[in-house]
Amino acid sequence: MTEQTLEKLRILAESAKYDVSCSSSGTVRRNSGGGVGNTVGGVGICHSFADDGRCISLLKVMLTNVCMYDCAYCINRRSNDIPRATLSVTELVELTMEFYRRNYIEGLFLSSGVVRNPDYTMERLVRVAKDLRTIHRFNGYIHLKSIPGASRELVSEAGRYADRMSVNIEIPNEQSLKYLAPEKDFESVYRPMGYIRQGVLESAEDRRKYRKAPRFVPAGQSTQMIVGASPERDRDILRLSSALYGTPTMRRVYYSGYVAVNTYDTRLPMLKQPPLVREHRLYQADWLLRFYNFKVDEIVDDSYPDLDLELDPKTGWALRHPELFPVDVNRADYEMILRIPGIGVKSAMLIINARRFRRLTSDHLRRMGVVMKRARYFITCGELQSACVADVSPEYVRRQLTAPSQRHLRKGAVHPDQLTLDFGS
Amino acid sequence: MKSGIFVFDGTWEGMLTAVFDAFSMKIQPQELVRIGAQLPIFADTIHEVQTDSGHAGRVWKGLTAKLQSEALAALTASFLSELEEMDMPIFRYIVKVFISQSGIERDFTDPDMLSVFSTARKVRGEKHRVLQFMRFQKAADGTYFGIMEPLYNVMPLTVAHFADRFADQKFILYDKRRGFGYYYDGDRPVEITMPENLSHISTGKLDSDIMDSDERLFQQMWKTYFKAIAIKERMNPRKQRQDMPVRFWKYLVEKQD
Repeated sequence: MTEQTLEKLRILAESAKYDVSCSSSGTVRRNSGGGVGNTVGGVGICHSFADDGRCISLLKVMLTNVCMYDCAYCINRRSNDIPRATLSVTELVELTMEFYRRNYIEGLFLSSGVVRNPDYTMERLVRVAKDLRTIHRFNGYIHLKSIPGASRELVSEAGRYADRMSVNIEIPNEQSLKYLAPEKDFESVYRPMGYIRQGVLESAEDRRKYRKAPRFVPAGQSTQMIVGASPERDRDILRLSSALYGTPTMRRVYYSGYVAVNTYDTRLPMLKQPPLVREHRLYQADWLLRFYNFKVDEIVDDSYPDLDLELDPKTGWALRHPELFPVDVNRADYEMILRIPGIGVKSAMLIINARRFRRLTSDHLRRMGVVMKRARYFITCGELQSACVADVSPEYVRRQLTAPSQRHLRKGAVHPDQLTLDFGS
Repeated sequence: MKSGIFVFDGTWEGMLTAVFDAFSMKIQPQELVRIGAQLPIFADTIHEVQTDSGHAGRVWKGLTAKLQSEALAALTASFLSELEEMDMPIFRYIVKVFISQSGIERDFTDPDMLSVFSTARKVRGEKHRVLQFMRFQKAADGTYFGIMEPLYNVMPLTVAHFADRFADQKFILYDKRRGFGYYYDGDRPVEITMPENLSHISTGKLDSDIMDSDERLFQQMWKTYFKAIAIKERMNPRKQRQDMPVRFWKYLVEKQD
C-alpha cells in the first residue's frame, strides 16, 4: 500500500462512479467463526454522502478501467484518452478490509472493464470475492458485476461469494443499445441474468432439502438503465422495469440520468444537465411498482407515455381518476389508503391501526405525518369536506399543487424542482 | 384518585417505581419532576419516589406480559431520548397499558401513544446514524478508537452491532457528550469512562505518537475516494447535509481538511 495505490484508487473510483447502485440491503448475515463483518438486512447502511448527495455504502470501484469495448455512453470506452489503472487483487482486498475495519463502508461493489476476454476478467473479480470470504473471513457485503459474456461456471462460482450480482441493461431498447454499443445486444445482458436467476433458484431448492446448502446471491440481482441517452419514453423504461420485477430474483432497477461524458460522439444527445428531475420521477414510479401495488399501465400508458415532471406519479394517477375520490380514511382498505397522494407506507400503517379505536379526524392525520397539503383533495373523514378533486376539477387541484409555494418564492435561491428525496439505498 | 407531584431520580428504574407508587398510593400525579429540577410554585402534595428495584421489577414484569416486544422496545427507546418533556407521556403510557385492554399501544390517536411512538422513531434514527457515521482510527496497539456526540443516549443500542461486526478487533466506542463508552477487548464489551482532558477525547483525534503507522495513509485513501466518487455535474450540497447533518462532520475523516 503506497501513494501509487492511492492514485490508482482515485482513477478507478472516478471510472466507477456512473454506476448508481449503492445498496447494501437484502441479506442478513451475522458474523461467524471469529471473522469480520456482518450484514444487517433491512435498509442497509449508508456510511457517507458524497458532494453530489449520493449515498456511499460500498467501496464502489473497478478492478481496471481498461476496456476492449467502445460503448458510446461509457466514460471508459477504449477510444477515450483517460488515465488507465489496474489494481492487483491483493491491493483491492487489503483496501476493502482496512476501510471496513474503520467503519467507512459496508463492503465492496466491484466492477471492471473487459480485458482480453470476458472470462479472464470475470475470473479476477471472482478471485477478489473468494479471497475476501475465504482468506480474510469477511462477512460484509459483496456486490459483483457479472461481465457480459462470462461463462456459466464463473457466474456460478461468483454467486457463492457475492451477496448481490448485477448485469446492467444500460439502454432500455435493443435497437438503441446496438446503435450505441455495437459490441452488445440484449442477449449478452439477459444470458448472465439468466445464469444468476437459475443459480438462485437451484440453491433455494437445495436449501429446502439440506438446511446447510450454500446460499447463492442471497440479495438477488439488480440492474441499471441510463435515462436520456437514447430516445425511449418513460413508458418503455417502466414497462421493462415492471417485466424485470416480474422475474423471480430481480430486486432493484436503478435509473441513471445520462451525464454527457462523451460529448464528441454525435450519436448522443447534447445535454447541458443530466435529466435529474426525470430520473427522480422514475424512481418514484419504481417505488409505486414495488411498494404501492401499482401496475405499470396505471402509471404510464400509450396516452401518457411520459411521467409528469411537475407532479409525482401518484398524484398524477389520482388526478386522472377523480371518480375514485374522496376516499374515506376510516373505512377504505389498506390498498386504497396507500393510493392517496400525501400518504405513504408509514402513515398508512398508523391509520389502519389507530382507526380501530376511534374515528380519525384531519387533526389526527396531520399528527401521524400525512401531508395534508396534498391529501386534503382526496380524502374524507366525516368532517366538513374541503374541496375534493371530484367536486372541483383535476385542473384546479393540479394548479394548487404545482404553484410554487410562498416559501420558495421568498428564498428565491432554491428552485422547487431541486431534488431532496432519496433515490434508494 | 388524588393528584400531586412526583419527584423521581430520572432513571428508568425510578420511572417504573413511580408507576408502582401511583398504583399503590392511588395517586395520579399531575407532574413528574426530576430531582434537582425546579418545582412548580403551586405544588401542594409532593411525593418523593424512592427508587426500588424490586418494585420496578414488578412493573417491568407486568409490562412484558401486556406489551408485545416491539412496543416494549419503543417504550425503552423513547426513554433513552432523555427528553424531560417525555417523562409524563411515558408515565401515562405505562399507566394506560395497565388500566386498559391489550392493544392500546397502537392507538395513535392518543397523544401519549403517538409521542412515545414518534420519539422512539427519532431515537432509532439517531442510533442508525451512529452505525452510519462512526469512524474508527487505528491506534498503535491495535485498538480501533471511535468517538461521537449523539443527540440521544443511543450508544447502549449500538454496542451489540459493533461487537458482532468487529468481533476480532479491539475497539472503543465513546459518547463524548455523556462522558462514557464501551471498550471491547475481543471477548465482551465493558462500559468505561475516560478522562476528559485526554487529547483524543477532547479533540476526537488520536495523537500521532499513539496512532498506527498506516492510519494516516488509509485516512488519505478514504478522503481521496470520497472526492473521486462524486459526480461534478450533479453537485447537491443540500441533499448531502440533509442525509448527513453538519453536526456529525466534526468526527468524519472525509469532512476534515
